[in-house]
Amino acid sequence: MDSRQSYIKSVHRDGRIWNISVAVILMLVPVVIGLVYHTLPDWHGLLMGLIATAPMYWAVGAIETVTYVPMLGAGGSYLSFVTGNISNLKLPVALNALEQAEVGVSSEEGEIVSTIAIAVSSIVTTLIIILGVLLITPLTPLLEAPALAPAFAQILPSLFGALGVVFISKNWKIAVAPVLLMLVLFIAVPALNAGTVGIMVPVGVLFTLGVSRILYKKGVLS
Amino acid sequence: MAFNVNSPVLFAVAGIAVAVVLAQSVFFLIKAWRRGVELGMDRQKLKRTARTAAVFTIAPAAAIVISVITLSKDLGVPLPWLRLSVVGNLSYETIAATNAESAMGLTFGQVSALSAQQYVTIAAVMTISIMVGIWLVPLIGEKLLNGVINLENRDKKWGEIFSASMFIGMISAFIGYVFCDFSGVFRGETAGLIPVLVMTAAALVMTALGLASKKKGLRVLADYALPVSLIAGMAAAVPLTAWLG
Repeated sequence: MDSRQSYIKSVHRDGRIWNISVAVILMLVPVVIGLVYHTLPDWHGLLMGLIATAPMYWAVGAIETVTYVPMLGAGGSYLSFVTGNISNLKLPVALNALEQAEVGVSSEEGEIVSTIAIAVSSIVTTLIIILGVLLITPLTPLLEAPALAPAFAQILPSLFGALGVVFISKNWKIAVAPVLLMLVLFIAVPALNAGTVGIMVPVGVLFTLGVSRILYKKGVLS
Repeated sequence: MAFNVNSPVLFAVAGIAVAVVLAQSVFFLIKAWRRGVELGMDRQKLKRTARTAAVFTIAPAAAIVISVITLSKDLGVPLPWLRLSVVGNLSYETIAATNAESAMGLTFGQVSALSAQQYVTIAAVMTISIMVGIWLVPLIGEKLLNGVINLENRDKKWGEIFSASMFIGMISAFIGYVFCDFSGVFRGETAGLIPVLVMTAAALVMTALGLASKKKGLRVLADYALPVSLIAGMAAAVPLTAWLG
């Protein structure tokens, strides 16, 4: 086994240990709270709450895993699926870092750059949230000020405007069909909105891969 | 012990879980950094990557703090702090909490005090519902990534196009989302233009910074182009909303 393979293997080994440990700790949180306050869950509420929530989340979670892991790399995936906020933070930060470093995510350099960017982003996010929790009383009126509300409401359009122009200008032949498809779908179908954009990501990815394959086979992308 | 959604015990439990996740991030940062140095990667490049990621994260992280504040009105601070530091995001957690509360006859946003049993039930629904990714990556992550590497080894050019297509597919879905209220414009509702114009403003700033960095040879402009464009777009949203909202 060469040193690259052995490094990647060690990332997967460590990632498995960390993620399974975090999963167990998270599952223990409601258990510990129940033990401290000598209470069991409301079983009917738990069952009904899970029936209403879990099937959709599990399906979306499975699709997100298959869609995002190849874009995040090994270390980035283990971290991102623990720390969350993938499409609005971890993936853009990784994409930008790869773009700046001019490396592909499946190269070892790309794996390193993506992991560093996502790890730093996770640390900064965690620290800012801790700061926010500590200062929640003075911060609440500031962060919830009506003057700032429009800025925070438009993070995603701003983020994907900046990110989109870089990637689309470099890959415009690939981008034309999926961008047009998504514009038509989101304008014409009222059910598509902020709540359903996550479901449309794998649709966009699969469609783009299909179109790219055809263009590649026809020599348009050679 | 009397239950309170902001009890120190709950802060301690959430704090332990957040500390473990913070430790995981530090562990992977050190591991990747050491490997980068071992491979002879330019330390300046690694530092630039870390610096840009840190600066870029500030605005989205502030938005996550707002999400903590929003959820804390029903659930207290510790549970939203935990849920938004680990795995979650505002829309997922709000839906999970709303479903759990309504299953117990409560209405999200109108809860004055939760019992310990209700709190444990809500925490369990939020936790169990969101865990798929954490479990699934250890199970299938290596196979997925090996599949991509095999594909690149078989046909390098197609491998590059494959990666670019995945990114473009994801970005195109979000560009579509920016236009989700656009049809209202045809009925005279101009608010649907706001996200479109914000996206355009951010794209223009990004383009200008990219061109300026190339012309002037200023690497720093390229490094911070994304966070600056993000903030510029967000800033543009304030007058645009006042005008069109």
